[in-house]
Amino acid sequence: MAVNTQPIIRLTNVCKSYGDQQILKNINLELEAGKFYTLLGPSGCGKTTILRTIAGFTDTTAGQVYFDGQVINNLPANQRQVNTVFQDYALFPHLNVAENVGFGLKLHKIGKKELDERVQQALALVQLADFGDREISEISGGQQQRVAIARALVMQPKVLLLDEPLSALDAKLRKDMQYELRELQQRLGITFLFVTHDQEEALAMSDEIFVMNNGQILQGGTPVDIYDEPINHFVANFIGESNIIPGKMLKDYTVEFVGKEFECADAGMRPDEAVEIVLRPEDLDIVPADQGKLVVTVDSQLFRGNYFEIVAYDNDQNEWLVHSTNPADEGTPIGLTFDPQDIHVMRLHETEAAFDARLEQYEDD
Amino acid sequence: MQRKQRLSRNTAYFVPYSLWILLFVIAPVLLLIYQSFFNIDGQFTFANYQTYFSSSTYLMMTVNSVWYAFLITLATLIISYPTAYLLNETKHPQLWLLLIIMPTWINLLLKAYAFIGIFSQAGIANQFLSFIGIGPKQLLFTNFSFIFVAAYIQIPFMVLPIYNAISELKPSYVNASRDLGATNWQTFSRVIFPLTLPGVKAGIQAVFIPSLSLFMLTRLIGGNKVITLGTAIEEHFLTTMNWGMGSTIGVVLIVAMVIIMWLTGGSGKRHTRKGLTK
Repeated sequence: MAVNTQPIIRLTNVCKSYGDQQILKNINLELEAGKFYTLLGPSGCGKTTILRTIAGFTDTTAGQVYFDGQVINNLPANQRQVNTVFQDYALFPHLNVAENVGFGLKLHKIGKKELDERVQQALALVQLADFGDREISEISGGQQQRVAIARALVMQPKVLLLDEPLSALDAKLRKDMQYELRELQQRLGITFLFVTHDQEEALAMSDEIFVMNNGQILQGGTPVDIYDEPINHFVANFIGESNIIPGKMLKDYTVEFVGKEFECADAGMRPDEAVEIVLRPEDLDIVPADQGKLVVTVDSQLFRGNYFEIVAYDNDQNEWLVHSTNPADEGTPIGLTFDPQDIHVMRLHETEAAFDARLEQYEDD
Repeated sequence: MQRKQRLSRNTAYFVPYSLWILLFVIAPVLLLIYQSFFNIDGQFTFANYQTYFSSSTYLMMTVNSVWYAFLITLATLIISYPTAYLLNETKHPQLWLLLIIMPTWINLLLKAYAFIGIFSQAGIANQFLSFIGIGPKQLLFTNFSFIFVAAYIQIPFMVLPIYNAISELKPSYVNASRDLGATNWQTFSRVIFPLTLPGVKAGIQAVFIPSLSLFMLTRLIGGNKVITLGTAIEEHFLTTMNWGMGSTIGVVLIVAMVIIMWLTGGSGKRHTRKGLTK
């Protein structure tokens, strides 16, 4: 497909250590222009370090950072065509809203008239057109957030880096901002690289997600790919909720778990290979016990508003999480059914490259 | 009932401090003002103020005091700001800070005498100047040595508030400034310095006022060539016994202090605006 489009950002074999501590382990990453990317992982996984490496606040221990095909490892932060929205916004408290937004333009000796115009445009973009004269201390957290975005966007960067910018907002505002950021990115066509530990946020906004843990990118792909085909236990657990059960791959398209054989949609593994299977709670349907592929006993349930979260145990004491629109009776056995394609089989210790190769191999037949 | 008890207990906590303020700050200031309206024979008069504002000697002294206090403050600031900045970059700032503060534990008089030794004809400073071939020189009893020693004594009081302001500066401000295209110098002049200005102002308050009345140093190090208001007060109270005139000069110093506090207190615009909206 996009063979001749050069990635706007490319990281090759990037490592970063502080003393003995390896923060980034051989990171390889390509960002195409105009897409919304998310680095997703628990705190301390190195996602912010990648952002800082691209912004120029942190130098790499090894590896190259490319911007538009040029190595920028030694380019200072103030000469890079990327801008950052900081987690704490980092709005200058001694300047008002318009002065904050105009800070970068003023440094670039933009004339007063053009500066005012561009500041006003940027503020309008984040729906704060009338807020130019306000002091930073006078506006709310959500508004500060918007000012920080306007201050970065007014510089017309090719890549916008966002470091957990929504984490300080309340749930309602965060949802609104998710829509707004996504909409803004599509309208402006700027590449966004968004860092978050919130999987819902990542799934809702991104064109592509990189799931990280312990300084490594475990899996990259579209939200749907990552949700439906997690590469390993960690990704399956981190993205959405999952039932992860040990099993055995008897042959292609047949897997055994909890002592039973099931038809599935996965292939390309050794016969009788030990695997883990993933069943998403929302893919499990409750039926009378005698009609179920599995029989489990309901232990407890919580009302979550739009669904019931039911915790049940099978005879082997495996825990099963079920999301259902109907309540179940605690202490009673229920049957669970699911379709073959709801089962996702994961090999133990499979790398992303091997996973992709295997997927291609059996999808071709 | 309970609320009342708590209130009265809270009031009780203020008693020691209130007493202290009353006895050692408010009462002396009132006494000083009262005293300034009496002449040497104990008669009520405005003559002291008349003398002060009509005599070229006193006015010259005032100008001198302010000028030297200004020079001392400036020298202290020029040395202290970079020091505080570097201190913040070091691995163990608290240790270095301790080293800077330690000299303040030594009595001022002792430090002054130490400098007499250092700056004397055969002192270590002149030994060094001879060694590099430009000495010995007259160091003691010069304006230079007065400002030098005064700045030395005041530096800790300037470093401390500036260091606090710099260490409280969020690193993300510096990153944000660089991110928006600022060079190191632009980051300093447009972000770091304006944001640490409150520390600088606090430092100026702590240094300028005491520098107006450093009578001991003008005498011991400056050789009484510079007569400041501090010297004049000392003379009036101890030598000429004209307490009224001495008090008048004291009142002038207090007024000067209030003016400095007012000039350096808060950054006007932003503060009042914030106050209005709250």
